[in-house]
Amino acid sequence: MSEPNTREITYLEAVREALTQEMRRDPSVFLLGEDIGVYGGAFGVTRGMLEEFGPERVRDTPISEAAIAGAATGAALMGMRPVMEIMFMDFITIAMNQLVNQAAKIRFMFGGKASIPMVIRTPAGSGTGAAAQHCQSLEAWFINVPGIKVVAPATPYDAKGLLIAAIRDNNPVLFMEHKLLYRTKGPVPEELYSIPLGQAVVRREGRDATVLAYSVMVPRALEAAEQLSREGIELEVIDLRSLKPLDQATIVASVSKTGRVLIVHEAPRTGGFGGELAAVIAESEAFDYLDAPIRRLAGRDIPIPYNRTLERAAVPQVEDIVAAARALAQEGR
Amino acid sequence: MTEFVPHPILDPAVIPRGSQQLLRELPKERLAWMLQKMCEIRYFEEKAEELYVRGLVHGTMHLSIGQEASSVGSIAALRPDDLIIHHHRGHGHTIAKGADLKRMMAEFLGKECGYCRGRGGSMHIADIPGGNLGATGVVGSGIPTAVGIALALQMRRSPQVLLAFFGDGAVNLGEFHEALNMAAIWKLPVVFICENNQYGMSGPAKVMCAVQPLSVRAIAYNMPGQTVDGNDVLAVYQVTQAAVERARRGEGPAFIENYTYRWRGHSKSDRNVYRTQAEIDEWKQRCPIARFKQLLIEAHVLTPEEVETIDAQAKMAIERAAEEALVCPEPSPENLEAEVYAP
Ligand SMILES: Cc1ncc(C[n+]2csc(CCOP(=O)(O)OP(=O)(O)O)c2C)c(N)n1
Repeated sequence: MSEPNTREITYLEAVREALTQEMRRDPSVFLLGEDIGVYGGAFGVTRGMLEEFGPERVRDTPISEAAIAGAATGAALMGMRPVMEIMFMDFITIAMNQLVNQAAKIRFMFGGKASIPMVIRTPAGSGTGAAAQHCQSLEAWFINVPGIKVVAPATPYDAKGLLIAAIRDNNPVLFMEHKLLYRTKGPVPEELYSIPLGQAVVRREGRDATVLAYSVMVPRALEAAEQLSREGIELEVIDLRSLKPLDQATIVASVSKTGRVLIVHEAPRTGGFGGELAAVIAESEAFDYLDAPIRRLAGRDIPIPYNRTLERAAVPQVEDIVAAARALAQEGR
Repeated sequence: MTEFVPHPILDPAVIPRGSQQLLRELPKERLAWMLQKMCEIRYFEEKAEELYVRGLVHGTMHLSIGQEASSVGSIAALRPDDLIIHHHRGHGHTIAKGADLKRMMAEFLGKECGYCRGRGGSMHIADIPGGNLGATGVVGSGIPTAVGIALALQMRRSPQVLLAFFGDGAVNLGEFHEALNMAAIWKLPVVFICENNQYGMSGPAKVMCAVQPLSVRAIAYNMPGQTVDGNDVLAVYQVTQAAVERARRGEGPAFIENYTYRWRGHSKSDRNVYRTQAEIDEWKQRCPIARFKQLLIEAHVLTPEEVETIDAQAKMAIERAAEEALVCPEPSPENLEAEVYAP
């Protein structure tokens, strides 16, 4: 990425840049959410956007998640391209009826005569000491609902490119950000570009085992791979980026090559997306290449605790990935 | 700048009798207790802020400095075995309900001896045996839960009453409307208390709510509603007491709006860009604690020395609580799975 117009910006700035550039390009794109105007959003993502676009397109709402989701759905039905913000992913529970029973269903249920081009932006994940009601990663619920797409970028570059693709997509797209990634930096081109939904990327090549990760687990997996490399264990790290649609080909090819796979996510293990990924692999031709059972490393089956030590212990950390991947690489050898 | 406008009273049963009369009626000990709790809340939160700045706290906090009359005045109207359920800005309610200051501070610091053993933190302090059924961090989500608590009280023919606290931001959630309607049709023993500190995170209640004052919404649910000067602890007390006793008689719920002001930012990350410093300063002039102290002294209920003693003792109690909490043990991350389900 050595294009002249590429600079280092944060994940948060990349999200803001995608929103800003799409709003400049397309007048039907607008934002709605709580405290996104003068406050600039709880995490500062939309800071400065009210000044550029005004209160009609950077629309502060009351604390009414159900109506926010309904307003976005209805406006999208009319051909607008709303980007709604749910301040913490936990509060999406309040918007569920509109998202699951309306936004996700309208296209199919009305015989393909309508579409709902909207984006639901929301920060997920733990690590900020906000406890059980402000830290959840609820992607598995949405993946189980036909009609909604789910993306979870791990880098500033992907945050911008995937958000632009999500805004241009003609369907509801759940765009999961991560609080701990907001301040991370990476190279991002100034110009508009989009990354097609449904394409994973191999972040690091390796022969000994594949690690499937997304969102904040990608940098953790890469750090773990770096450490294990010093021991002579080479991990292949795949950043899924888009959970639905899912890039099965990249996963199957990698697992067929390494014969071992560790699936890592922050959400609780039971009923998590990792189970689906394991099934995809088990049902594919990669199954024949497996030299060890498919392994999952996920959040513990507990609400996220407040205390810092407990909070860390609730979700996979670098050292957990190192230990799990090392054991997997050695299993049966 | 928004002025406090007393709202025409919807139910003649809850007309405030005026502070002067109340100062004569209430025992001196009770009034002194109110002042003590207000001071403890103020010092607790100033301490919390200090610990936060010193880097001893991982997480966020929501301070109710400036709103002490609302929590103390409301809870003063309860009997000891009455109940509360509340929200993220909940230190005040917890202290007024009689919580142990050390265990509160320990929870704030994430310690094993905290009320929730470090699992909940500042936003979720609960003292179930003490009648504090917990604080929710999801705006408005305690309101429907309150309906269930009050339903259980009614089904068991209990004489207890529940106070359900929430902010002005919560009244725009669908849950608020569903809950008030249900409580009203079943005549449940619950008093809904909206602490209108004039802002959600940044959204002004005046902009975000289609109708003012917020207590007008009670009309839609056929229950008494009243807006009170939430910085006048005795006014809050009187209105709440009338509503609580009405609920205890089986006459159903009421909705009270305590009109007050949040001095501090919404949480640790607030830059206060949505309001002016002049507005904040003006409300600081209406400090509920200074006002109550002055009232008590002018009415000769307490001497200036007695007032100072109460204040100093509250400060000391908080200092002691913080010192003790800081040396409490940390919780262990082992076997947390065993705590998720009741046996
Ligand atoms: C359902 C929900 N939406 C958004 C938030 C984020 N949030 C936390 S507190 C708050 C403002 C709440 O305002 P209010 O109810 O007036 O209470 P206050 O904080 O002013 O005491 C917001 C928007 C939340 N916690 N829950």
